[in-house]
Amino acid sequence: MSTPAKTRVVGAAVPRKEGVEKLTGRACYVDDMEREGMWHGATVRSGIPRGLIRSITFDRRIDWGEFAIVTAADIPGENCIQLIVADQPCLADGKVNHCEEAILLLAHPDKHKLREAVGAVKVEYEPLPAIFTIEESERQDVIVWGADNLLKTFLLEKGDVDSAWARAAHIVEGEYRTGAQEHLYIENQGMIAEYSAKSGVTVWGSLQCPYYVFKALRPVFDLPEDKIRVIQTETGGAFGGKEDYPSIIACHAALLAMKSGHAVKMVYDRMEDLAATTKRHPSRVHHRTALDRDGKLLAMEIDLATDGGAYATLSSTVLSRATLHSTGPYLCPNIRVRATSWATNYIPYGAFRGFGAPQAIFATERHMDEIAATLGIDPVELRRRNFLHVGDTNATEQVMREPVILDQLLDRALKESDYHAKRAQFARDNPNNPVKRGLGIAAFYHGSGFTGSGEVYLNSLAGIDVTPEGKVRVLASNTEFGQGTNTVLTQVAAESLGIDYADVIMASPDTGIVPNSGPTVASRTSMVVGRIIERAASQLLTLLREHAGLGAIYTQAEFLAACDRYRETHGEVVSLCRYEAPPGIVWDDQKYHGEAYGAYAWAVYVAQVAVDTVTYSAEVEDFWAVQEVGRVIHPVMAAGQVEGGIAQGIGYALYEKVVWQDGRMANNQMTNYIMPTAQDVPPIHVYFEQIPFRYGGFGAKGIGELPHDGPAPAILNAIRDATGIAFNAIPLLPEDLYAGLAATEEMAAQ
Amino acid sequence: MSKGERATASERLPAIRFNVNGESRIVNAPPMKRLLDVLREDLQLTGTKEGCGEGECGSCSVRMNGELVNSCLVPVLQADGADIQTVEGLALCGELHPLQKAFLEHGGAQCGICTPGMLMAAAQLLEQNPHPGIVQIREALAGNLCRCTGFIRIFESVAAAISPENAGLAKESTSGQLRAEKEQPPHAR
Repeated sequence: MSTPAKTRVVGAAVPRKEGVEKLTGRACYVDDMEREGMWHGATVRSGIPRGLIRSITFDRRIDWGEFAIVTAADIPGENCIQLIVADQPCLADGKVNHCEEAILLLAHPDKHKLREAVGAVKVEYEPLPAIFTIEESERQDVIVWGADNLLKTFLLEKGDVDSAWARAAHIVEGEYRTGAQEHLYIENQGMIAEYSAKSGVTVWGSLQCPYYVFKALRPVFDLPEDKIRVIQTETGGAFGGKEDYPSIIACHAALLAMKSGHAVKMVYDRMEDLAATTKRHPSRVHHRTALDRDGKLLAMEIDLATDGGAYATLSSTVLSRATLHSTGPYLCPNIRVRATSWATNYIPYGAFRGFGAPQAIFATERHMDEIAATLGIDPVELRRRNFLHVGDTNATEQVMREPVILDQLLDRALKESDYHAKRAQFARDNPNNPVKRGLGIAAFYHGSGFTGSGEVYLNSLAGIDVTPEGKVRVLASNTEFGQGTNTVLTQVAAESLGIDYADVIMASPDTGIVPNSGPTVASRTSMVVGRIIERAASQLLTLLREHAGLGAIYTQAEFLAACDRYRETHGEVVSLCRYEAPPGIVWDDQKYHGEAYGAYAWAVYVAQVAVDTVTYSAEVEDFWAVQEVGRVIHPVMAAGQVEGGIAQGIGYALYEKVVWQDGRMANNQMTNYIMPTAQDVPPIHVYFEQIPFRYGGFGAKGIGELPHDGPAPAILNAIRDATGIAFNAIPLLPEDLYAGLAATEEMAAQ
Repeated sequence: MSKGERATASERLPAIRFNVNGESRIVNAPPMKRLLDVLREDLQLTGTKEGCGEGECGSCSVRMNGELVNSCLVPVLQADGADIQTVEGLALCGELHPLQKAFLEHGGAQCGICTPGMLMAAAQLLEQNPHPGIVQIREALAGNLCRCTGFIRIFESVAAAISPENAGLAKESTSGQLRAEKEQPPHAR
């Protein structure tokens, strides 16, 4: 096993690049920004889940002459939000397919006049039947999307599942469900737009992917590329929630700017943000598993379905990642995964940290504990017997060529949590204690970067330039929204160039300045873009050595002097590189076969829970997270990513329930959509094993999404350990615990 | 409405006089306008953030007369004559406050949107109790939501601001220690 190379900046806990601005209140988020003569925008939304728009009337008590009003008829180009499938309108035109769908836009100089005006636009509908469950969509009695309600389907096959059942010593079946989850970034979504015939559309806003917004604006305005400019403002949390939705607000704000002739700010309040923006896809996963006498996996047949909501958005790619993570980090010779994503009349579900993997892994890792219980094997031992090792193939028959250290991660997790001694102690204490304690485990991997040939198609371009003022800038469209992009990418550049971290800055995340280095999603920034920056730095040094006399050893001043000489002869000092795929990446998108991901991050998590059988509360008391994510570029931020992901995972498991009422989110407030607070998070113990990945930036693999994958199954496994009851659905609220415990008591009494 | 008309309208509004970050300020604002909006719109102190508008998230926390308040729930008339401190008033003469330094070093801020409110809640705690334990830190920050950090590094940052050797307090505590501390009588903490 290789050890990390000696570095100055990479691996050091340097200060967050934009940290002082954030700590002093100077960081400028979209709502902190003003533009000259700026108006404010608001959205009139559908009040019903599905129907035809019969009429729109404007209450005469309002002086509508003061307002700019935009409908679908005002769209100069296509009425469509470009993503994967062109099915989602920018503004509803005659028909609505979910509650809160945008129908009409208003702008006014005084933002306080907008609320009343929105209420004074009356929309009359002819309702159409709507569907709200995967099952209703599957039945196809009512078709709400395409010919069959089916947004996407995948079939993944390995070996021969059908012949395995006869040979099996055990067959274990189970069904697992996960609910919607809200991102609950603390900064609501928002955009400011300006329009002029001369310079086209400019938007500033809270977003993850400037070039996604760029691509969405172009067809709506039917403008050439040089007439669209997208600038990310400081972004107060995203978690996937600002991957696709910002395109919608950007188009809306820009349409209002065009119509009103003023800059227009649209910032949602919390209730609007919760009701109208995307959430994590709910899922239903059925497992049927064949095992031999020794508890080794013979066959896995998995039926995985997600609720995609009213439009296709990212459901196909979320389903893809769910499919590819549904068999866990285990060796199994025969696999069949049938995956489907179904349309309903909810708001479109979208990207959320983990992107389908948390749903799939919840089912797999809960199911492993049910298998262990059926076979009478310790859950730890069952996993150990089936772990993938180097040279094995996973579900897509990708050969594990990089080190796989699951056994080592498991051993560390058991040791740090004192797993065996604690379980024995809980088994002794629980019978005499109304508070039942238990430990649960989850083992999993998370593929880093875009799936399959995704990174090749993205063809990311990124690099470094040195300005005439002597500023060394990283040029990338990857954005900072808390996870540390600014810090990590400037660390990589400073390390590679041999200059001080403090002297490298990020160029403004502005499509007018930075090239398209792909979206800031899929745990790809450190690994994929970090590697491009590393290569661009070494290319820059070569240029300076060959054309500007930079010596083998140089000071910072000599480096900048060489840049000046290079600029005099070549005009500008800039080094850009494109993505290069690691060798041997072959992916068949039709058969779902081959190298699904360039690298995997691996983890074993242990949760300790206490279930109070008097109050029916379940509390996570302690949490251990052991992972291998390649080289850790910034130890404090990496641990912060893991802790934050685990806290979200705890919320996903035990607190966060989206309550739907006739297709509307009924609890669209922070008062009744409950996330874990400072009082609810347990101590979280984070450990990294570091194996540098040779094709990642300074050895990094993806980290951001991994920690959301493991907590929910580990926690529900711990609750099973504590209570003996298999809870197979999340969120698991006290009322669900009550129902499960009461049913068990009733059965025991009979 | 023309600029002239707006100026006249604003002059007709009651004058609110208060002290913000040590400076006396006068604003003409509707009496029920939220203190949050007065800070952000009338005084351009945009460090104070809105997260929910209903007092749940704590992003708009400021200190008013030595109390921590959600400025989204305070009509500005209640602030007449008050002493107010916002995040902009934490760093003195360009020197970061010990809490700001600790948050920077220990990863207490990620996306930064909850950070101003979190810093004000932590400043309030340290003023009332210069040596809080982990349980008291958790209690004091329970009204401030952070979606990025899972709070662990915020606890560590607050502990480190008290004294650097304290930093491990939050990180290394286990459930057993937490329970023991919770069960101690308050005077023994």
